[in-house]
Amino acid sequence: MSYLVTASPHLHSGDSTPKIMWNVVLSLVPVVAAATHFFGPTALLVVLACVLGALVPERIWGQRSSTRDGSAAITGILLALTLPPGIPLWMAFLGGAFGIVFGKLVFGGLGQNVFNPALLGRAFLQAAFPVAITTWPVAAGPWWGLRGGTFALPFASPSALDTVTAATPLGLMKFEHKGTPVLDLLLGTTGGSLGETAALVILLCGGYLALRNYLNWRIPASIFVTVAFFSAVLHLADPRYPGPVFMLLSGGLVLGAVFMATDMVTSPVTHRGALIFGAGIGVLVVAIRVWGGLAEGVMYAILLMNAAVPAINRVTQPRVFGTKEAA
Amino acid sequence: MRALLRFRHGVHPPERKERTAALATRRMPYPAEVVLPLRQHAGKPAIPIVKAGDRVERGDKIAAADGFVSVPVHASATGTVTEVGLWPHPDGSCDQAIRIAVEPWSAQAARPRMVPEWRGLAPREIVAAVQEAGVVGLGGAAFPTHVKLSPPKDKRIEALIINGCECEPYLTTDHRTMADFPDRVLLGVRLMMKCLSVERTLFGIEENKPDAIDAIRRALPGDIDVTVLPLSVKYPQGAEKMLIKALTGREVPSGKLPLDAGVIVQNVASVATIAEVFETGLPLVERIVTVSGAGVRRPGNLIVPVGTKLKDLLDACGGLADDASEIVSGGPMMGVSQKDLMTPVSKGTTGILVLTEAEARRNRAYPCIRCGHCLDACPVFLNPQILGSLARKSRYADMEPLHLRDCMLCGCCSYVCPSHIPLSQLFAAAKTALRKANAAPAAKAPA
Repeated sequence: MSYLVTASPHLHSGDSTPKIMWNVVLSLVPVVAAATHFFGPTALLVVLACVLGALVPERIWGQRSSTRDGSAAITGILLALTLPPGIPLWMAFLGGAFGIVFGKLVFGGLGQNVFNPALLGRAFLQAAFPVAITTWPVAAGPWWGLRGGTFALPFASPSALDTVTAATPLGLMKFEHKGTPVLDLLLGTTGGSLGETAALVILLCGGYLALRNYLNWRIPASIFVTVAFFSAVLHLADPRYPGPVFMLLSGGLVLGAVFMATDMVTSPVTHRGALIFGAGIGVLVVAIRVWGGLAEGVMYAILLMNAAVPAINRVTQPRVFGTKEAA
Repeated sequence: MRALLRFRHGVHPPERKERTAALATRRMPYPAEVVLPLRQHAGKPAIPIVKAGDRVERGDKIAAADGFVSVPVHASATGTVTEVGLWPHPDGSCDQAIRIAVEPWSAQAARPRMVPEWRGLAPREIVAAVQEAGVVGLGGAAFPTHVKLSPPKDKRIEALIINGCECEPYLTTDHRTMADFPDRVLLGVRLMMKCLSVERTLFGIEENKPDAIDAIRRALPGDIDVTVLPLSVKYPQGAEKMLIKALTGREVPSGKLPLDAGVIVQNVASVATIAEVFETGLPLVERIVTVSGAGVRRPGNLIVPVGTKLKDLLDACGGLADDASEIVSGGPMMGVSQKDLMTPVSKGTTGILVLTEAEARRNRAYPCIRCGHCLDACPVFLNPQILGSLARKSRYADMEPLHLRDCMLCGCCSYVCPSHIPLSQLFAAAKTALRKANAAPAAKAPA
């Protein structure tokens, strides 16, 4: 009889990378459900197109069975949540594929990438299809009716022009200086991208992940505090700038802070680093929204801070036990 | 009520002590053969003073200490020496050992008073008797106890710390020692305080052993200053530096000894052993071993003659279950897998665990996702994430400035890693490689 010979420790916490990833997917299900509730079946179709777009290249060029670890599925769902409900499905698919190929696979796959792949996919779509990605159609018919150019053929002439559109709260604020009631923002009864609208659902789902230690709560906490503080200062200095409550609840801030900035691979490993990272995002979000040419700045804020993560990690190394110096 | 004491970071593995925690210690029958390795302690191996054919009685010295940081080895059973040669060693290698065929009908009565009465001995004489009795730290590292009782004159010791944490899952030897022999433990404390001439003792016990805390508190004598401090349950609280931090709030400086923080730490089993050798007059020839795990039929806390082969010990525990798949000497966090059941129990063996396939499950490794859980777990605040990526590229020299030296291979990082990267194994390999690399130029230098 021969026995197993393995290195210690002989116990393990039971956590695994796929378990973490699938838990994130699970926690996104209510967010997708909320989007479907607000925008109809179109929302579900956009999510499916993005996930498919992410899985196909991962299956072809990724490492053995890497589609099963759940990370590509997360990229797809998160990308979909940043898109408007009426976006043509072929664009959604392309965005997912771009995010995975250029956001992740070219760096060497899971764990190697610098930028959040979902946001890179969105950045690509914003550059390639600026009109489609900023068109926010509203339901012209019943709940189940499809909106916008969902089934538009690739590169066909845009049909988006003849749909009825609604501005987002941030667009209203930026270009028309109109506010939106706080309750609408909280419950999601406003225009916007799929995952921009239901702040409450997103916070609850993030809370679940934080409780299981699958999400570093310091990052969203730091973002919210910074945004609130910075926008409050601006609002006090000049009341034409929107106040902190509006800043926190509008646009993709909650979604970005809870689900995008907390991507483990592209955020700092240290606690102090997480706080700095979140503060950087908070400052950039407010700056872009207030002084930039765009209504929304969460995507660029996170992508810029992603690039700073290696430097943040380097300067926030923990103090080694029994020394005064960092590791 | 005051909050329980603790250190920062660390992990909470499942305790799994319920199989043996309530079982009083029992004595196992003498096996047909005992095999006593010459290297059962940290420091220089002992030098054999017997040869094949010699008859020895239980407690007879069979190997002498080689210098100060070394202890003798004593026969753990009456019988005949059959061989002095290579034998499987608990650390996984093969090393010199003395084999003794045990006399089947011997009463195993020892010669009277091989260790002198402690009353009337000067502290220096007590320390010498401790070395001669072969006493080492029984918490696993097996560092010779008399060395720790002989601190340099210029160091001021403010307190003696007794380590009753037993933070490794499964193990219950320290627990049973405290619950079953509290008076012996406190006699040991008294002797150590006398040797070190310290006034104050802090006795740290994790709160998952309420009966041990009660037993020690009830047995406390009025004439020495011993404070029992319950600790929250956390691994690796039994590590010296962590325990000192939890009890005193002090950090032992990197690369320094507990002495530099003004304290000396002794494991509770070593403390009890000191008292035992003076009480019985018999050198260290047996110890308590926890035999546990789902793969053994009758788990328990056994008093085992040192040198008993694993096979005999496991037979005394009802043998192995059909799904036994891994045998570990020590606790599950830092213990060593055993490949050969002929390997003997040594002075440093705290437990023998028989894990089933379900318990010993190996997981597929994934790429590091930089979750940072290892940084939150590391009790000495290293960055196992960076160290791990350097180790995987064999960039060992780059690991030294990142304080690899402070890593004590506790295994917390491997325990939490969701990608199942064998971090502590990588660090052990890196430490070995660095030791070799650093030793090589030094060896050449004199020429």
